Amino acid sequence: MTPPVEEITGPTAIDPGVDDVFANSARNRQNTPPQDQTMVINMGPQHPSTHGVLRLVVEIDGETVVSLAPDIGYLHTGIEKTCEAKFYQQVVPLTDRIDYLCPMTNNLAYCLAVEKLLGLEIPERAIYLRVLFNELTRIQSHLVWLGTHAMDIGALTVFLYCFREREELLRIFEAVAGQRMMTSYVRVGGLSLEPPRDIYEKIRTFLKGFPAHVDEYEGLLQTNPIWMNRLKGVGYLSPEDAIALGVTGPPLRASGVDFDVRRDMPYSGYEKFQFNVPASKVGDVWARYIVRMQEFRESVKICLQALDGLPEGNIVADAPKIILPNREQMKTQMESLIHHFKIVTEGFAVPAGEVCSSVEAPHGMMNYYVVSDGTAKPYRVHMRNPGFATLQALETMCKGRLLADVVAVIGSIDIVLGEIDR
Amino acid sequence: MYDPASAIKGKQAVFEAHPENASVKALTDLATDAKYDRAELTITVARESIVAAAMAVQQAGYNFLEDVTAVDWYPSEPRFQITYHILSHSLKERIRLAVRLDGDAAALDSITSVWPSANFYEREVFDLFGVHFGGHPNLRRIMMPEDWNGHPLRKDYPVEGYR
Repeated sequence: MTPPVEEITGPTAIDPGVDDVFANSARNRQNTPPQDQTMVINMGPQHPSTHGVLRLVVEIDGETVVSLAPDIGYLHTGIEKTCEAKFYQQVVPLTDRIDYLCPMTNNLAYCLAVEKLLGLEIPERAIYLRVLFNELTRIQSHLVWLGTHAMDIGALTVFLYCFREREELLRIFEAVAGQRMMTSYVRVGGLSLEPPRDIYEKIRTFLKGFPAHVDEYEGLLQTNPIWMNRLKGVGYLSPEDAIALGVTGPPLRASGVDFDVRRDMPYSGYEKFQFNVPASKVGDVWARYIVRMQEFRESVKICLQALDGLPEGNIVADAPKIILPNREQMKTQMESLIHHFKIVTEGFAVPAGEVCSSVEAPHGMMNYYVVSDGTAKPYRVHMRNPGFATLQALETMCKGRLLADVVAVIGSIDIVLGEIDR
Repeated sequence: MYDPASAIKGKQAVFEAHPENASVKALTDLATDAKYDRAELTITVARESIVAAAMAVQQAGYNFLEDVTAVDWYPSEPRFQITYHILSHSLKERIRLAVRLDGDAAALDSITSVWPSANFYEREVFDLFGVHFGGHPNLRRIMMPEDWNGHPLRKDYPVEGYR
């Protein structure tokens, strides 16, 4: 099969040279020719500070950044297209792979959207466990951020410390979901498995020791003159620019816009939890660092509340035509066997409509827009991922600063290329 | 379970049911259709008035553009639905603006003049759906290679690609 000829439109006519990547950069907006003293360099896609395969085309004048253009798409896997060919329940494992540092948050955002389409009521126990594991995922994702951010700037020790604690969390995830990273733990209608009984004690032990570890990271970084000089006053983003450029999450709150989806538009039972939303008015890389460090402690608070308030009961909704029966029922009851067979072979039909579910992911606001046409496969799944928009603010934050500051700024916006390229 | 009868459809019915909603007030003249379903408000506007509608909701307090995306309803016409999700940080609510486009006239005005963050989103829609945004500062492919043929998220583009 060959593509229809008339499909070839606009973009093919443009020569993809390096200069072309600048079409939207500051230089081209002002229609000024490149000046003799500037130089164009490529950062990435295989640069250690770009956290994956981000390519930046940077125009520098000596050491100063004149303009900067991100070039993305190196990790584009067409997940949105793949979703359209799968049953609703088969999309969950795909969502893990979008933002692979917070798989449970992705699972949750997708499942909330499908549950909204279906009008499903989720049992209280599942809601509490979802919140618990979401906050643990946030800690886990922030640990990777802190470790890599510090490593980019030259503090290698912090990376080793962060990954020590992350390992504990991944072991907890493995015990709960059977997988360390691609958990697929949150399912449409509830959760995939009841956590093992001894896991709560392990989580409590981790949470008890974790604030001391945060103190330890702060002890290594917060009074370190190199760390302070590299972060303070670097990469300023004003609240107006942050809103205009679509920035969300910790970078938005660090710029003085106090908005957190968990508190302001609660989902999945967050209205039952008491926590503060750290914010700052300073708007530089340091403020983003402080905001995330405080989020560590707030997440611990939420986790403890979820553990204390965890009710007994079911972990899945009462909807036999949507949720797979457990193994025991499937092998002993004819009705359950029929449901199991039908869900696996035909999926479940979802009433037509369109919904948008929004969650506060570790990197910012994550929305899932799911359109149903009444069949068992989603008609369209679109993810609004925080990193994709935040990347647009990179030039504003880096312009006029030193090239070395670009590394600090990329670390501070905490990008994951899996979610940007999808 | 979801009850389809709970949805309110049609401009007049929605605007009567939610007269106090800030976006309803702002879009009284521009809206051509509306839907209130599963506690989410969708307002359809005509292709020509998208920039005016974006400015009107921005004035009404919806300060944050969340995303711009599209749905391909091939083979029915109008084929494309361009969806805008807009959030208000102060009102703490979200509205969805929709524009329907015919398959042979898949073009509309860019809203980058209202929200610069629309830049990447419109490029993505252009790349994956082949919808043209007039007045966009840099309308080039963003995900796919520059020399790619076709627009992968269109429904007539096979999932496994062309071989």
